[in-house]
Amino acid sequence: MPPFARYLLHTLFPPDVLRPTEVGADVLILATGVIIMVVMTRRHKWRHLWTEWLTTVDHKKIAVMYLIAAIAMLFRGGVDALMIRTNLALPGSPVISASEYNAVFTTHGTIMIFFMAMPFIFALFNAVIPLMIGSRDVAFPRLNAMSFWLFAFGALLFNMSFVIGGSPNAGWTAYPPLTERVFNPGPGENFYFLSLLIAGIGTTMTGINFVVTSLRMRAPGMTLMKMPMFVWSALATSTLILFAFPPLTVALLMSLIDRLFGSSFFTLGHGGMPMMYVNLFWLFGHPEVYIVVLPAFGIFSEVVPTFSRKRLFGYETMVLSIVAIMLLAYGTWVHHFFTMGAGPTVNAFFGLSTMLIAIPTGVKIFNWIFTMWGGRIRTTVAMLYQLAFIPTFVVGGASGIMLATIPADYQFHNSYFLVAHFHNVLIGGTLFGLLSGMYYWWPKMFGRKLDERQGKWAFWLFLTGFWITFGPQYLLGLKGMTRRMYTYPLGYGWHTLNVISTLGAFVMGAGFLVLVYNIVYSMRNGERDLTGDPWDGRTLEWALPSPAPEYNFARIPVVYERDAYWDMKEKGQTLANSLTVRDVHDLELPRNSSLPFFLGLSFFVVGFGMVFSWWIIAGLGFAGVAACLVAVGFDYRGPKRVDAAFIRGTEVALGRLRA
Amino acid sequence: MSLELAPEPGRREDLPLELSDEQESVKITGFWMFLVTDVLIFASLFSAYAVYRPRVATGPGPLELFHFGPALLETLLLLTSSFTVGIAIYEMRKGRPGGVMAWTIATLALGAAFVFLEIHEFASYAALGATWHQSAFLSAFYVLVGTHGAHVSFGILWAVTLLVQLARRGLTPVTARKLYTFSLYWHFLDVVWVFIFTVVYLMGKIA
Repeated sequence: MPPFARYLLHTLFPPDVLRPTEVGADVLILATGVIIMVVMTRRHKWRHLWTEWLTTVDHKKIAVMYLIAAIAMLFRGGVDALMIRTNLALPGSPVISASEYNAVFTTHGTIMIFFMAMPFIFALFNAVIPLMIGSRDVAFPRLNAMSFWLFAFGALLFNMSFVIGGSPNAGWTAYPPLTERVFNPGPGENFYFLSLLIAGIGTTMTGINFVVTSLRMRAPGMTLMKMPMFVWSALATSTLILFAFPPLTVALLMSLIDRLFGSSFFTLGHGGMPMMYVNLFWLFGHPEVYIVVLPAFGIFSEVVPTFSRKRLFGYETMVLSIVAIMLLAYGTWVHHFFTMGAGPTVNAFFGLSTMLIAIPTGVKIFNWIFTMWGGRIRTTVAMLYQLAFIPTFVVGGASGIMLATIPADYQFHNSYFLVAHFHNVLIGGTLFGLLSGMYYWWPKMFGRKLDERQGKWAFWLFLTGFWITFGPQYLLGLKGMTRRMYTYPLGYGWHTLNVISTLGAFVMGAGFLVLVYNIVYSMRNGERDLTGDPWDGRTLEWALPSPAPEYNFARIPVVYERDAYWDMKEKGQTLANSLTVRDVHDLELPRNSSLPFFLGLSFFVVGFGMVFSWWIIAGLGFAGVAACLVAVGFDYRGPKRVDAAFIRGTEVALGRLRA
Repeated sequence: MSLELAPEPGRREDLPLELSDEQESVKITGFWMFLVTDVLIFASLFSAYAVYRPRVATGPGPLELFHFGPALLETLLLLTSSFTVGIAIYEMRKGRPGGVMAWTIATLALGAAFVFLEIHEFASYAALGATWHQSAFLSAFYVLVGTHGAHVSFGILWAVTLLVQLARRGLTPVTARKLYTFSLYWHFLDVVWVFIFTVVYLMGKIA
């Protein structure tokens, strides 16, 4: 074999990607890829895919793409989770080795936070925020598409790591010196840093987009204090993104140049300081916790009033508390490393600031309960997730207060108590919220409801599975089991609890399968939503047909009240019965663009080249990025005109306009 | 009473050119939000620099390394370029594309001189063996000042493409908005440099 080929083979396929699990996964990926290719070619769908999806700038389609990616990533993160639990089921009998285990818990955490929770949130933001505020799109539609493609190619780069080169294996936080090149020479951590940098640029741009969308694109009359709570949560989340992602970018960049170009930021020698990475990472990481949970709070603030047939209790305090959480979120990061020895004064400050967050959060919990109080409650799947969220999240919050108690934290730190706590708030808060939102807005996105009976099955499996998995983990933590151990000996009293926890994880896995079946079944057989308002909703998105036409609003209404659509229905003046032929004019919509896709692809090439230090490939990628940016600058094609006759035809077909 | 419908947006002739079109003015708001993220990037780099400044390991410290001469000259060049880009925007408000071109070119020349001096400064340090491998202090110095320099260099390339657009299309709401955001960016870099000069060079020589 020529030396070049041997080098290539050795770099791309080191021994740790040639284990049976990895090769099995590779075969499945290849097979799936081939099947998709064949089906696409047989049905002549490539052109359709390109013109309707890959080059789209329509927020509704971008939302669908985000959602598909999020569910796929939920699958991969979930498989990782099941591998973790399988390994820990029985004492002293690991199924996978320590090094594989390191890779699996690293990718589980990274994928669930960055490539599942984030795109799921952006899917819902994209799907409904413009509709809720009475807008035809987000503030920057093409930038929105760029955000998506940077996320997608970042996710691709990250997920490639176990097929070629080797997975990252230093935990989702990637602390040095675990990531220092001398201790961790493979390309795995390069995959981590580069894919997060690329996806992070996309996320930052999404943050900018939704801050400006909620500040500048609202329908006339919709003042800030008339904005739906979900839009408030998007504004708060996006503001947090603006302030939180730059420190992450800096931390990742410094680690990367430490690894690739030999600088000395976080090294053990040359005056470097690993603790600085930890500070910068959590300066992002703690706000990130609120970035993923505030949207869930926003979703519940929409779901509860709708299914209680009451207006939201204490709207003003809801807004105040979300803003308070947003501000406090930035002052608590040190609580992730009380044990690092910052001293009692510093620790006391951050312990107190952490406990303070419980106050605005408590206000919100009570407001949701008071909204339900005396309401006519319908227990739809969306509402069930909310009802399960309240007790689950309260338990997770309370264990958070226990962790914020510094002397006690010296015991809890890095134990399974902590693992149980953050899964309690991330699954009980974020994931329940996102699933609630998915069931609630699914008819608006796809024109069909998700089957409620199957949805309830998935819900109950998820909820019981969740408690069976994580309830025992609190006890395991108190019994001294630490996180990230790949196996443990018999005789510590951890055995029974671990078996139970693993069983719970498989119940959750079954819940996921039912959920996927629910989606697949409902795409064809779900109940059609012909009114556009299947839940008797209160906010503006329900004023539109499901799914909304490309231009959203043939005319944008003036808003007078907080629950704008409820107000229109009460006055008998909905868009459906108020538009006349004369009201409809020509419209301008943003034009499709292939540049976002190519920009994402170029960044992918940069990342791929840099992972293996193949500078020619990286250079080609950079040239591609530069070319895309110049092309964006010189793109003076005007907006696409949609003429009035077409809009009239569409509105008539949708039953919104009398011909 | 029937439902009130919002009028479709039109041009605002009472506002400056770059704000006259609703879509273009929204982009300026967006650019401010981008600047927020860039402020945070530099804030993180400054905090890292502050932490790493005493950690010189076996390498030189700020006192031995820096010279006032080049830093002062760089400051002078960049502050002047901020003034010239201000005049370019003044010319834009007056509707004189020729003046905009001339003053933007002056800005770019000053910016290019700045970048040249900075590269020269870095090269002279590296020639003394003061590379970023040597110490955490040097890593933080090169990355903080280098990130600023990279921003200036990107700004120069960006403005070149803007000049081509201006030459082809004249002053329109779109080109005016682009030039305006470029000037925001350039002023921002100037402000960052003031902090770099103070924190890195002045405080480095005093301590």
